[in-house]
Amino acid sequence: MKVSINWLKELVPVDLSVDEIAHKLTMAGLEVEEQSPVAAAFHDIVVAEIKSVAPHPNADKLRVTEVDAGTGALLQIVCGAPNVAVGMRVPCAKVGAELPGLAIKQAKLRGVESNGMLCSARELGLSDDHGGLLPLPADAPIGTDIREYLDLDDVIVTLKMTPNRGDCLSMIGVARDLAAVTGVALKLPAIEPLAANSSEQRTVSIDATKACGHYLGRVISGINAKALTPEWMKRRLERAGFRSISPLVDITNYLTLERGRPMHAFDQDKLSGGINVRFPKAGEEMNLLNEQHVVLAPDMLLITDEAGPVAIGGVMGGLESSVTDSTTSIFFEAAYFDPDAVQGKTRVLGINSDAAYRFERGVDPQSARDGLELATRLAVEICGTSETKVGPVTEAKGELPIRKPVNVRPARVCALIGMPIETGAMTDILGRLNCQVAESGGVLQVTAPSYRFDLNLEEDFAEEIARIHGYENVPATPPIATVPITPIPEAARTRSSLRHACASLGYQEVINYSFVPEESETKLMGNTTPVRLANPIASQMSVMRTSLLGGLIQSLQHNLNRGETRAKLFEIGRCFTGSDVDIANQPERLAGLVYGARFPEQWGESKSERFDFFTLKGDVEHLLSFTGCDFVAAPHPALHPGRSAQIWLSDRKVGWIGEIHPRWQQEFELPAAPLAFELELGLIQTVPQVWYTPISRMQAVRRDVAVLVDDGVTIGAIAAAFNSLKLPNIVDFGLFDVYRGQNLDSGKKSLAFRIVMQDTERTLTDVECDAVVARFIEVISHKFGATLRK
Amino acid sequence: MTLDEILAEATTAMNVVTTIPDLEQAKARFLGKTGSLTEQLKAMAKLPPEEKKAAGAAINVVKTQVEVLINGAKARILDAELQAKLAAESIDVTLPGRRIGSGGLHPVTRTQERIEALFASMGFSVADGPEIEDDYFNFQALNTPENHPARSMQDTFYIEGSKNLLRTQTSPVQIRHMQSHKPPIRIICPGRVYRCDHDATHSPMFHQVEGLWVEEGISLADLKGTLTQFLNAFFERDDMQIRFRPSYFPFVEPGVEVDMEWGKVKDSKGGKIKWLEIGGAGVVHPQVLRNGGIDPEKYSGFAFGMGLDRLAMLKYGVNDLRLFFENDLKFLSQFR
Repeated sequence: MKVSINWLKELVPVDLSVDEIAHKLTMAGLEVEEQSPVAAAFHDIVVAEIKSVAPHPNADKLRVTEVDAGTGALLQIVCGAPNVAVGMRVPCAKVGAELPGLAIKQAKLRGVESNGMLCSARELGLSDDHGGLLPLPADAPIGTDIREYLDLDDVIVTLKMTPNRGDCLSMIGVARDLAAVTGVALKLPAIEPLAANSSEQRTVSIDATKACGHYLGRVISGINAKALTPEWMKRRLERAGFRSISPLVDITNYLTLERGRPMHAFDQDKLSGGINVRFPKAGEEMNLLNEQHVVLAPDMLLITDEAGPVAIGGVMGGLESSVTDSTTSIFFEAAYFDPDAVQGKTRVLGINSDAAYRFERGVDPQSARDGLELATRLAVEICGTSETKVGPVTEAKGELPIRKPVNVRPARVCALIGMPIETGAMTDILGRLNCQVAESGGVLQVTAPSYRFDLNLEEDFAEEIARIHGYENVPATPPIATVPITPIPEAARTRSSLRHACASLGYQEVINYSFVPEESETKLMGNTTPVRLANPIASQMSVMRTSLLGGLIQSLQHNLNRGETRAKLFEIGRCFTGSDVDIANQPERLAGLVYGARFPEQWGESKSERFDFFTLKGDVEHLLSFTGCDFVAAPHPALHPGRSAQIWLSDRKVGWIGEIHPRWQQEFELPAAPLAFELELGLIQTVPQVWYTPISRMQAVRRDVAVLVDDGVTIGAIAAAFNSLKLPNIVDFGLFDVYRGQNLDSGKKSLAFRIVMQDTERTLTDVECDAVVARFIEVISHKFGATLRK
Repeated sequence: MTLDEILAEATTAMNVVTTIPDLEQAKARFLGKTGSLTEQLKAMAKLPPEEKKAAGAAINVVKTQVEVLINGAKARILDAELQAKLAAESIDVTLPGRRIGSGGLHPVTRTQERIEALFASMGFSVADGPEIEDDYFNFQALNTPENHPARSMQDTFYIEGSKNLLRTQTSPVQIRHMQSHKPPIRIICPGRVYRCDHDATHSPMFHQVEGLWVEEGISLADLKGTLTQFLNAFFERDDMQIRFRPSYFPFVEPGVEVDMEWGKVKDSKGGKIKWLEIGGAGVVHPQVLRNGGIDPEKYSGFAFGMGLDRLAMLKYGVNDLRLFFENDLKFLSQFR
């Protein structure tokens, strides 16, 4: 909301600077977002009348004028504005005047003397209009300082209003709060009702009594709808951001602006019969002022006449009954509509409405009569003719909200705020806010004024007391609390420790959007039923991810496009795997992606060594080294079918790993295939509790065994076979070489295993060790046709 | 040769010898089977007995001297060889180290971890909640019924074919946590939140950190104390100006907007403090406590929510929010 400081000071005559007022308002909860003077800094510009205009002897586009600026003599001024005309009154900068970046001196323009400058609106900093001189009204007093004449020593402050303070959406509303925080009395403009001098009236009735608490109307006939809005009203409206439209619209807007009292004017001659406020009948339709045709939903509160709907209550009037230039008779409406009846309606209709904006936040239920009286007086003053007649007020009542007294315990208020405040000070603050306060047994019974919809609980009044007392005066106390030790399970790996482990392995963390293009889901995850957003911001952000892979590939593409040739990325984030929208199904995952050379370019390393399945698998094994994991060949829609695996921790599948399928590599235009893994965070965070095993002081025995097997036999199968034997005294078993090629039959590979044995009590004998090796060979020759290699 | 001549010759030989084989050869010339000193000893057998003792002593003196010469030469040669070896083995220590390539944390998570640590030092633990949320937890339980004007403060992403939505704030975690825990409650909840907004200062996804402290006797003053300490600690200052001003969020009462000092704005009087909005906060609304299963007559609490990305931007001088989600390695690698 835009507030003119000059107008505000009329309502609350405070002796404070603009900065001080802005600070007071901000600290009262009406945040000042912006302060801007209405005009540029200038002086010595006055109202002048153009007396003569003659061509310039040396320039086609310039004119030589004679101007009366109230100085006693006519001034000769050269002017280039296209609209310069005899008899026009305009702002004139006299010699000695200063404008931003410009000092006016006596000068010769193309050989002709000029004693000043005639100004456009832009030169005065009033608007961007530089189309010509700023025309002033014919009655503008010649010689008057333009700052004074146009009230330019004013500053507009823009307030950011919170939705609870509907009562502050007007000049008087803001003034009330400023009065409360400064203690300066409010000076409200007096309302002088006009007595009815005609009997012309329209009956009003309310069916929807809960939605409409009060409805008042009055007929004013014989008016001139083409009259001009007075300058003072136009100026106030424009400074608040309202466009001046027509006198009747301007009057209703002025009521909204001055006192937060939305009004509506109907063309009296377009209405038929009595007004009734009710909800729609099935199938009712209407055209709104903005020429929008609407089929009325059952909860749209209607103002109707005998013929049907003429307005949506508190939202917008109808097209057919609206006032026009040719209107001669109006029916003014001032009503109270309940917030519940208005809330959400503009959103459904897709419109903006200053009235609805206020009604849904709460308009003072007691303000309708004053509003109607003031509007009547303004209409008669501005649009009145010798024919003008004012009818009596017709009125109907529904249920108006009642402010009930609330018990406020001073001790409780002090406890919530965290500082002692005297009960007397509380009573004083509440009084300044126009609350009625009674005290009984140490408890305050506080009744909020009718316009405060936000004061219903003890805590609400505590906030008012803190607010007016000043949040600045609330101490910042270091909290005192009992602090038990937070239990931290040792057998858990936190997100943080996994994150740091990834970073230590050379991975850079990224954060991608949780929404991805739909094709990322259908292609990479084979997911044809992703969770879709109803209102995505763009099609590339339309579905929720079920994997972090899509985002990692996007991050890779972004960097490849910017000249990177190598990347090692990871992300931790939620995925949304519910087929329906299941709130429980949002697992957090950890995924990594590698691309390009295994090492950054450097001396002494093989440039040709690239990331492959096994370098990535090594990283995963490192991350899961606390427990050990199994890799089981299995397909994945995103991955190369021969180079993909599931990752298992004991009997649970915890993720997958593999090389991106060449089809997607091609489709995503990647020069080479990246490799990726993804792990379920929740399943890899539990670590077995460490329990020490004694270290043997006995000699360990190592036996190396080389066997020949068919190429198709997997290491995993042999290792599983070895482990299932549960041979005694084994402390280490592992593969240390794979060999294919020369000296071997094709289709065969040679595998070299190490078996390390040790007992805690004694040195093992050769016989025992030989037996272990023999058992291993026996089993794998039986299961896999392995032969011992000499 | 006389003993003197032998000693003189050994001295010369040991001075010039430069390798161990040469040394061994030279040693043989004096002490080998046919070496000159060995010959002297052999010749002693022919001497009359009364001369043997003196001759033997003289030979032994020279033999000891020769042995000292040999050992000295040996040590000199070995040392020279070692020096030569070390010289040959020296490397250019300014060659770059062999690296696997550095990784690092995203600046937002780095900031998040720092905030978690600062609050952990005050006894806060970290709580978490779903990102696809129920309307109840995101809005209704937080005093924001349907059609409430406060809903228009946040543009919500809705899930197709469902009443569910992407959480617009981390505040629903407050309710979830209160429903499953008893006071005293001291938690922060950092996480992703979503709003339909996209420009230089708004991202459709961003991060917040929510804080909640519910215990007997917690007040607005405690909120001021806690956030003032936190912001000073986060920015590593001790004199930071923090401003608390009245504001409105449906789930707190009294409500607070927190501003912090961020430089000065020029004006005629030499500058006034430029305030930067850093988050919303307040004393937890009694209905919200009730929705969390907590008796507002017995307990009170405060809650706050701050923009995690905003804090990271201020901490690291990042001027465009979008940089956080482009994942450009040239940007991210600066935070190591």
